[in-house]
Amino acid sequence: MSGLGQAPEAERAPATGLSPAAVGQTPQVAPLLEVDDLTVLLRVEGAERAVLKDVALAVRPGEAVGLVGESGSGKSMTARAIDRLLPRGAKISGQIKFDGVDVYQMAGADLRSFRNRVAMIFQDPRAHINPVRRIGDFMTEALRTNLKVPSAQAAARAVDMLGQVGIGEPERRMRQYPHELSGGMLQRVMIATALLTEPRLLLADEPTTALDVTTQAEVMAILDELRRDLGLAMIFITHDLELAAAICDRTVVMYAGQVVEVRESVLLHDDPLHPYTAALAAARPDIGRTATRLAAIPGRPVSAFEAPAGECAFAPRCPHAADICRAGPPDLAELDGGLSRCARAADLRGTLRGADHD
Amino acid sequence: MTDPSGGPVLEVSGLRKEFGELVAVDDVSFAVPAAGSIAIVGESGSGKTTIARMIVGLERPTRGTIAACGRDRSRPARSARDRRRRGSEVQIVFQDPYTSLDPRQSAEATIDEVLRLHHGWAPDRRRARVAELTELVGLDARQARALPRTLSGGQRQRVAIARALAAEPRVLILDESVAALDVSIQAQVLNLLADVRESTGVSYVLISHDLAVVRQLTQDVIVLHRGIVVERGSTSSVLDDPQHEYTKRLRASVPRPGWKPRRGALLGAGEGTT
Repeated sequence: MSGLGQAPEAERAPATGLSPAAVGQTPQVAPLLEVDDLTVLLRVEGAERAVLKDVALAVRPGEAVGLVGESGSGKSMTARAIDRLLPRGAKISGQIKFDGVDVYQMAGADLRSFRNRVAMIFQDPRAHINPVRRIGDFMTEALRTNLKVPSAQAAARAVDMLGQVGIGEPERRMRQYPHELSGGMLQRVMIATALLTEPRLLLADEPTTALDVTTQAEVMAILDELRRDLGLAMIFITHDLELAAAICDRTVVMYAGQVVEVRESVLLHDDPLHPYTAALAAARPDIGRTATRLAAIPGRPVSAFEAPAGECAFAPRCPHAADICRAGPPDLAELDGGLSRCARAADLRGTLRGADHD
Repeated sequence: MTDPSGGPVLEVSGLRKEFGELVAVDDVSFAVPAAGSIAIVGESGSGKTTIARMIVGLERPTRGTIAACGRDRSRPARSARDRRRRGSEVQIVFQDPYTSLDPRQSAEATIDEVLRLHHGWAPDRRRARVAELTELVGLDARQARALPRTLSGGQRQRVAIARALAAEPRVLILDESVAALDVSIQAQVLNLLADVRESTGVSYVLISHDLAVVRQLTQDVIVLHRGIVVERGSTSSVLDDPQHEYTKRLRASVPRPGWKPRRGALLGAGEGTT
């Protein structure tokens, strides 16, 4: 629990009948991951400030969930909280359960097993690989040290996995150093490595953002295919709504450290439930046409501690904001099979459309 | 500052750059008219940034010519005066607003320095122009006086654009200038760039890998693959009906509603081992 032991359960979520995280999904399957009322405080400029506020989400076994938002939305912080990778001194309240067990209560063998069952890949593979160790050594480390797999067997599994992520001459790659591989190839090595311990949940934090578009398409396809073959659940973090929709069943949209919308990915672009989701889709230029004027969102995205207290965090930038939005912070409420944190969500049904510029 | 011939404000012809054995840019030619805009599209290693660096004089071409406002700039400037004149012809805005500003200078001081060096104006006139430029790019009075570290990425990029415009260039090179910005801020900066072109008649050379941004901001496009122009034309026709295999693949790789990524036959093209 090093560095993280400070009050993981300071404020437990009260056991209500229906957890908000469970809404909008098939109820009969128990979630693999359940996050409830997750609030995280970090020391920022000498004061303790909230970076996540009451985050709730759930992932079923084998399900892919997109986590979308701009800077400060808390999307990466959510993944780090799940994987117990928060910075030292972070204060956490709420609950994260993996397979029914509280992640912050795990220790010893349970924690090691959790580490093997939850894998994470990051935006910049070069920042997460030791530059002076060979690819093969890096790839097989978890197998050899945590799972006590004999070296030869671990290497054989790594070679096989490199083949599955589309890397030619895997034996030669195993002997190379990170600097000898391109960014796209190194990210495929990271994916292969993450899958070697046979995880059940993959946390992918902007894994293709630093890659060229054609390489991105390739890596996304590999991720999608292997995830389905292996029955692996995934949280895919990105700033790109379309990218999340391409390989995720559901998408969770975050703003200012909160979940503002949960929606089936196929519906998100054309039929969003929250004004922020609609504004985000409309602000993006369209490859198919030139807009006279892009529908820019005024102001800038804020983090949880910068958001106005006592009102909707998006209200200052929202074209639909009314008195009710400034009267108090809205709850995440069920609507048309999804969830929306908008006091006017029901009024605005049918009027929010992502794709209209001009 | 008017271009005597009425011809293109920027003309690049037969441009080639070798780094040792590597040919980074090979026989690239294009021209930009006044108030026109061209995108140079390509992926890592395509040579697009090398072209931008040669245009602003940060790299010397191995072969070929670059002319702005009818004057050659393919050889290094020989005097400070020559260098300043070139600066008033072409300016550049880089991708990363966190590393392209002096951390000790406020936006006002940054812009003022350019006005002093380029135009030699008296303080009163400079002050008035600083106010105009900061207003043009949408910085409020507090932001204009602030040091870069207190500004967000979008605000810093506005400072970088205002600084570039202070020299009153005829051509502005935008080297992935909106790539690092959040979507909601990127839209603001793209609208700003459209306004600036309308009010100043500046021409843009947009270096970008993002085809949607290219569509929004430019009239013409050249597609670069491994240093070679593989396709060129009006932005709308190239993006709507790409002819070259590489452009088609680039177009098909862009996420959009209903898009599904596929494992392509051309694995790893556009990237290589280093």
